Amino acid sequence: MLHTFVALVEDKPGVLTRVASLFRRLNINIVSLTVGHSERVGVSRMTIVCEASPTAGHRIAASLYKLENVLQVDDVGQLSHVARELALIKVAANPKTRSQVFELAEVFRARIVDLAPESLMIEITGVESKIEGLIQVLNENGDRILEIARTGRMVMRRGQHTSKVLEAMRVPGVETPEELKAEEESAAASDVLMAEETGFRE
Amino acid sequence: MAAAKKHDHDRNPPAHTTRLTGSEILWATLEGEGVTTVFGYPGGAILPAYDALRKFPIRHVLVRHEQGAAHMADGYARASGKVGVCVATSGPGATNLVTGIATAMLDSVPMVCITGQVSSKVLGTDAFQEVDITGITLPITKHNFVATRPEDVAPMIREAFLVARSGRPGPVLVDITKDAQQASAEFDFAAAAPKPHRPHPMLKTESASILQAAELIRNAKKPVILAGHGIIQSNAGAQVITLAERMRIPVASTLLGLGAFPASHPLSLGMMGMHGEAWVNHAIQSSDLLIACGMRFDDRVTGTLATYAPNAKKIHIEVDPAEINKNVKVDVALIGDLKEALEALLPHLAPRDAKQESAWLREIEAGKGEVAVRDIRNLPDSGHLYAAHVMHDLWRATEGKAIVVTDVGQHQMWEAQYYKHDEPRTLITSGGLGTMGFALPAAIGAKIACPDKEVWVVAGDGGFQMTAAELATAAQEHLDLNIAIVNNGYLGMVRQWQEFFYDKNYESTPLLSPDFVKLADAHGIRGTAVSSRSQVLPAVTEARAHKGPYLINFMVEKEDSVYPMIPAGSALHEMIRRPKKSPLVETAQDK
Repeated sequence: MLHTFVALVEDKPGVLTRVASLFRRLNINIVSLTVGHSERVGVSRMTIVCEASPTAGHRIAASLYKLENVLQVDDVGQLSHVARELALIKVAANPKTRSQVFELAEVFRARIVDLAPESLMIEITGVESKIEGLIQVLNENGDRILEIARTGRMVMRRGQHTSKVLEAMRVPGVETPEELKAEEESAAASDVLMAEETGFRE
Repeated sequence: MAAAKKHDHDRNPPAHTTRLTGSEILWATLEGEGVTTVFGYPGGAILPAYDALRKFPIRHVLVRHEQGAAHMADGYARASGKVGVCVATSGPGATNLVTGIATAMLDSVPMVCITGQVSSKVLGTDAFQEVDITGITLPITKHNFVATRPEDVAPMIREAFLVARSGRPGPVLVDITKDAQQASAEFDFAAAAPKPHRPHPMLKTESASILQAAELIRNAKKPVILAGHGIIQSNAGAQVITLAERMRIPVASTLLGLGAFPASHPLSLGMMGMHGEAWVNHAIQSSDLLIACGMRFDDRVTGTLATYAPNAKKIHIEVDPAEINKNVKVDVALIGDLKEALEALLPHLAPRDAKQESAWLREIEAGKGEVAVRDIRNLPDSGHLYAAHVMHDLWRATEGKAIVVTDVGQHQMWEAQYYKHDEPRTLITSGGLGTMGFALPAAIGAKIACPDKEVWVVAGDGGFQMTAAELATAAQEHLDLNIAIVNNGYLGMVRQWQEFFYDKNYESTPLLSPDFVKLADAHGIRGTAVSSRSQVLPAVTEARAHKGPYLINFMVEKEDSVYPMIPAGSALHEMIRRPKKSPLVETAQDK
């Protein structure tokens, strides 16, 4: 199954190699990996999607956390979250065939961001299935896709949950509200207690 | 495994607060971290650092090969509990460390490795003796750093020490470019302190799990404690003894856990696993509760996982969350420092009624009297010299108090079976990686860490030759080190596998060795050869009395095997036992 991890990592040379090398060592293929700045200077946020056995989540998260540059890891697969991906799709289209593509883009709430005599570029955000839906429709419609660039999945947990990075970095003045703390602790405790669900091997 | 809680680096901040070169900063920072000895080998890219060394009160032990430096730092760390430090130059110097670093990684030994690197201006150009050592060591270090500016040196070294000894300990490498060694920067030891280590959100020894573990322990009829290396690293020996005694639970040890629980304790079962005694493995297989303390269910202790302790609930107390459910699915995990976890657990356990437990202990005891246990140690002298005799007599002569540093192979298992360790840090051996050539250099490190302790190298004739060059180091440092070579003329453990599983096709295992006594003599080291049982104790006594290194070449039975043995892929109880009519023991008058 697909697992999704959010890792907050130090923004330093070599960190990406360490993370990628860990998946290589476990012989797990990374489906997508997006990296960018987080809410803190010097901290990057990675969203890693990988294909692994249903029980592998705990071990991957724990192994990620063993890397010294990793400040926090969240296995968001089981939690309520928002997932988005951005794609740029360049389609062959001339002035005669353009309007059809415009209509499709409209249906998918995508935008046309570039227009050239023989091509146009569509920008679309959404969950993967939506992007794949647009690609499929374009293909079925006979529109020739020239290029696709996709960011890969990025996710954020829903609700009041905030990343623990501020706390982890001991930033003065930032404190986790008590009820949140309790909630997180009980979540972490259930990680441990529900060994059956987190076992790596059968 | 264990969390090292006390950071002694804050006690004695050195007085240097002036402008220093990167080289001077390196040594001043090491001094500030409490380092008194480093093991190393100079070369072009680390020369500026060596040039500055004489200004600092740090002993440098010149090795003969950088692998030796890494093993010495490792042995130093295992014997003392402090962080071991080794130094090498760039390129081949750095790559020669690799086996030693991996050895420390697999056994969670705190170590800091310093390597020189070509100047930052030519990094990545395939300059002379340039190698990407941080890339190479990425998977075999806990973490590594590249310092390209003198101001990087102090913070990186200090963080390296923090990382090496915190949580589950391990090796850390700091690669320092030559220009960073040469240029100058302000040095302030205190200001270079690493920021408090990130808290581990997965470390949870919260009360719900503790209560659950306590309940499992209270209700168990046939519990066994599995004692691992983490007990030694967490300094939790006393807590484990309390747990065992209070609840009357027998204790089985992993190879690296030997010494964590006293072998002479009535509740001690001995070593478990591939070459563990039969009654230990049978006890584990018929147990209804395993309490794993600072161990990781390695394949050498579980046998095939499908049939491992099928009726037992499992409690896993471990500092590394990634070890939970990795090999064996557990029922309760207490993730955190072992000592803290046990201290939290013990108040929930009332002493067990002695009567209730005695049935289980009697059942295990009965297994010891089984006829298949043919202990050659107790056979009358038949003219044959067995390694078991050597280990047994060595144990008797040293009263079990010596630090024994073993190599890897048959002699290592015989040592584990016949030398009874009562104290932690008295058995130093390469467990996880199984590195041949480990013993001699690691023993040099151990002896330097504990100069007042008696230290014995126990090595086979194969492994000893891998790092025999370090005899010169032992001689140069005038170390009072005793060396026992268990010489059977074979790569014995491989020969044993060939005997059992490859139709006795002894391909490439017969081994020609130099005359080890003459080799010792060439280094100015005293030595003697022993080929009969009656000579063992006198030779050991002579070696112990001699000041300075002493080598004994024990010429033992060539084709003896280590029993019992669990073939790879078999269940823990499916052991190969010592044959009743072994031609090797036929002449001995076994009743």
